[in-house]
Amino acid sequence: MKLNLKVWRQKNAKVKGQFESYQVVANEHMSFLEMLDVLNESLVSGQKEPVAFEHDCREGICGTCNLVINGQPHGPQNGTTTCQLHMRHFKDGQTIVIEPFRAKAFPVLKDLVVDRSAFDRIIQAGGYVSVDTGQAPDGNTIPIGKDVAGQAFEAAACIGCGACVAACPNSSAMLFVGAKISHLALLPQGEVEAKKRAQKMVHQMDEEGFGMCSNITACEAECPKGISVENIARMNREYIGASFTSQDK
Amino acid sequence: MNNWFFGFLTSSIGRKLLMALTGLFLILFLAVHLAGNLQLLHDDGGIAFNTYANFMAHNPLIQFVSKGNFFFILLHAILGIALWSKNRAARGTQGYAVTKTRATQTSPGLAKFMWAFGIVIFVFLIVHLVQFWAMMHYGEIGYGIDFVNIDGKEVRNLYTLVEATFTNAGFVLFYVVCMVVIALHLWHGFQSAFQSMGLNHPKYTPVIKFVGAAYSVLVPLGFAVIPIVFYLRHA
Repeated sequence: MKLNLKVWRQKNAKVKGQFESYQVVANEHMSFLEMLDVLNESLVSGQKEPVAFEHDCREGICGTCNLVINGQPHGPQNGTTTCQLHMRHFKDGQTIVIEPFRAKAFPVLKDLVVDRSAFDRIIQAGGYVSVDTGQAPDGNTIPIGKDVAGQAFEAAACIGCGACVAACPNSSAMLFVGAKISHLALLPQGEVEAKKRAQKMVHQMDEEGFGMCSNITACEAECPKGISVENIARMNREYIGASFTSQDK
Repeated sequence: MNNWFFGFLTSSIGRKLLMALTGLFLILFLAVHLAGNLQLLHDDGGIAFNTYANFMAHNPLIQFVSKGNFFFILLHAILGIALWSKNRAARGTQGYAVTKTRATQTSPGLAKFMWAFGIVIFVFLIVHLVQFWAMMHYGEIGYGIDFVNIDGKEVRNLYTLVEATFTNAGFVLFYVVCMVVIALHLWHGFQSAFQSMGLNHPKYTPVIKFVGAAYSVLVPLGFAVIPIVFYLRHA
């Protein structure tokens, strides 16, 4: 299949970028990233700068790949990351516009690569459980109800790719932070530090310059892992509760 | 001031909570206001409505709550502008060349234009307050308002002012269009307020959404009926 690509090219974070048009011959069994690999091979053999894009596991679980494909983060296929999107979902001769995730807190570093370290700093602020390392505990030593474990797992499915920010007209990171706060707050291991965690993570999220939720729910619709906006409500509850009841003045 | 409460109120979630609480107060106010306004539909030459209007204008508790109401309207509007500008800034300068969104579970498109509906509503409020509230409080004979005898007291006749205003087709149209805008604002705002307060639950959210939808249709409809009825009566 022949495809016309319009790809965002930007030399570095300081200069302005622009779209460049390319033609690529792909196979419908290729993943979207493999199609870009083909493009890059032809660019390299033609002594041209290949398109920079992020990828790692290519199994849909690491959250590294991103890209806004024809206006949608991770492209047109529901509940799928870019690496798991296959070319059979496109038509022969189709024009595909490929852009980086756009948000002030996700500055473009080069071409389609954006700096998502704001997410790392939010996690560093409180997205963890402090435990003494030692022997691995036996399974089921802490009984957790199936329904609670299920809810926590659904929130924990967040791979931190940032599609929620990319999809949100306010560039809000509340689905990401909501998922991270929820998955730990729901479990007894995370509950101990829940108040501090909610306050620190929300504070860091605000510091990074992400927008505020207008309950548009585009984040949920575009999330490759189907994270629910119920997690945003839980974050709101956790944060409001923590602010009024924590010992810190 | 650098204490936990100030920090909370200026956080993203704190601001959204303030938006939600002020919004819900104003939603409640609409119901009370409509209950009073429906007195206009009594075909009694305005006795019921004027009695109600004068009670509202002179009852100390109502006057106290109405000050709060003005304050919450301003707070809601100022916070709304602040949120809107912060959210715009968060997007950065370079936008997308193409945007496409899957079906979302909340009112599609409405959430993005809450600020625009808000501006229309604010303009409406100014016109509305100048036309009726200011006249009721400060109007004098010869300057737009008459007096009428209610229970042995000479009071301002708001009923005839309403009647006179709604003989004008332009005002009728303006009021009806503004009620449609309020309906759109409420459609998103009602259920969104609960989400901002952290209340999203499989048991209650469908109920909140249903009540919100019914409220945002019925209340503005109730308000819109009044100018239409007055215009038709006159015609």
